[in-house]
Amino acid sequence: MADWLRGGRNRDKVRDDAAQWVKCPSCGEVLYRPDLSANLDVCARCSHHFRMRAHDRILSLVDGDFEEIARGVLPADPLGWTDKKSYPQKLAADAEKSGMDEAVLCGFGSIGGHEVALGVMDFHFRGGTMGSVVGERLTRLIEAATARQLPCTIFTASGGARMEEGMLALMQMAKTTAAVLRLKASGEPFITVLTDPTTGGVSASFAFQADVILAERNAMIGFAGRRVIEQTIRQRLPDRFQTAEFLLERGHIDGVVERANLKSTLERILGYARAGRERRKRAELSA
Amino acid sequence: MNPLLEREKGLLELERRIEDLRSASEGKRIDMSAEIASLESKYRQVLAELFGSLTPWEKVHMARHPRRPTALDYIAGFDAFDELHGDRMSRDDSAIVGGFARLGGHSIVAIGQQRGRDMKENLARNFGMSTPEGYRKGERLALLAERFNLPLVTFVDTKGADPGILSEEHAQSEAIASSLEVFAGLKVPTLCVVIGEGGSGGALALAIADRVLMLEHSVYSVASPEGCAAILWGDASKAEEAAAHLKLTAADLRGFGIIDEIIPEPLGGAHRDPEGTVTRVLDRVGALLDVLETYSLRELLDARYEKYRHLGSWRDAVAGSDGAT
Repeated sequence: MADWLRGGRNRDKVRDDAAQWVKCPSCGEVLYRPDLSANLDVCARCSHHFRMRAHDRILSLVDGDFEEIARGVLPADPLGWTDKKSYPQKLAADAEKSGMDEAVLCGFGSIGGHEVALGVMDFHFRGGTMGSVVGERLTRLIEAATARQLPCTIFTASGGARMEEGMLALMQMAKTTAAVLRLKASGEPFITVLTDPTTGGVSASFAFQADVILAERNAMIGFAGRRVIEQTIRQRLPDRFQTAEFLLERGHIDGVVERANLKSTLERILGYARAGRERRKRAELSA
Repeated sequence: MNPLLEREKGLLELERRIEDLRSASEGKRIDMSAEIASLESKYRQVLAELFGSLTPWEKVHMARHPRRPTALDYIAGFDAFDELHGDRMSRDDSAIVGGFARLGGHSIVAIGQQRGRDMKENLARNFGMSTPEGYRKGERLALLAERFNLPLVTFVDTKGADPGILSEEHAQSEAIASSLEVFAGLKVPTLCVVIGEGGSGGALALAIADRVLMLEHSVYSVASPEGCAAILWGDASKAEEAAAHLKLTAADLRGFGIIDEIIPEPLGGAHRDPEGTVTRVLDRVGALLDVLETYSLRELLDARYEKYRHLGSWRDAVAGSDGAT
């Protein structure tokens, strides 16, 4: 068992038979969980894309092993936050529920033979919100990609900045931005894949700073949350508002991809990146 | 419910009595200077008691005070200002103002978030909440500063970015993300002053800088207290409780290393002496521009990177120690 899989390892040992079945929220079809997993968490009947766990996402993308970095970066409680529960209690409950110790996994692996720095956010831990750990792990990933001269790909899934870390959470937008800037200056490509949902401080920073921005089918993507907008304008928004397809029509993203085609799409884009890098090397040699 | 109003009521009563005594003593040629002096001393004492220590929620109201100096008040204090308009694409968002300016010996580019000083102006300026066009205007002016090789000064004062349908359709996220990138890498000295409310990513879009200052009673927060309460508890009316949690005061943020300096305000808040406040802020801005001019561009950019690189708070399980900040 690879070290990075530690967290997600026991998650599928469901003893209760009823828990082996899940109802598709889109078409109502009752799906057998192992079948759903085998189909990349996509409904076989209507193609509804369920929110994917970071471990499953990585397994679905990388060729062999995944070299996880920054695992030792773990959450603290800088504000001493307590409302109904303390912040550490909320973190512990989500860790128990999700098998994650924070809302992102970062490391290196190969996708179709292309070595890449890969960060994957997970909505199941604190709604994928970005606090100090998400910001620090991603910054280390982007810096390591810059140092190793590798492209960086980040899968986003986030409700925005994590309230319980206050301004330290907001500052992660600035920190990751600065790292992205250095990655780009080094000539390495930055690719993001926006998954459901991507909003707030994550969408308003690295998610939309990439050279190529893809989104999963029907993912909800926006700056302000739907409820906030509805309260502001006092009317219901159309269902398609802030979907990946809505953003594609308006020119905000490069493409909408079905999950089944995601790995091959990334392989092709990383192939173009490699071609560019080889071209640069040739120019350097002949100079 | 504005908690400052209650406090200010007592002051207004004292102010009225002092004024009455003054006019009475003038009219009747009676020397009431002793009484007046005594009342004025009481007034200063009450002022100190009322405003010596403010709760975070009271500071939020201080930051939003309708008579608090706005970006244009600071801009009016410059020795010269030539306003520049528009995003070169579709609109001139008046929630963002900016242009060339002179301050002391410095030629600079200045950008400010401008809320309205009354309801009419607030409607025109969308309560200081920028649309994507506003952030693109700000980004354009920041790049203009780089193009002219002039330092950039920004004034932050916004509840947050505009949360409307059109702003989403016009890519609010991209506009802010792009602005962050430009400010993080801008090849001129940059300085930001939070003069009122710094709300969320909409404030940060203009607030990555070599020096970030805050007025004593301004606030700067990951989300407005109302927004935070709505997000966490589904109830915006619990804003006061959220404000108490968020660590949004200048002193809190100085403690985290998120801001560099606090500019003191007159007792009772900037609106009690707007001109004095503007002078004090601009003096400090000028002095810090002098300091920033002593660094090479490489030093500035490296220091800017390092400053943001180390923000955050985490446990390092491998090293067995706590993270930075």
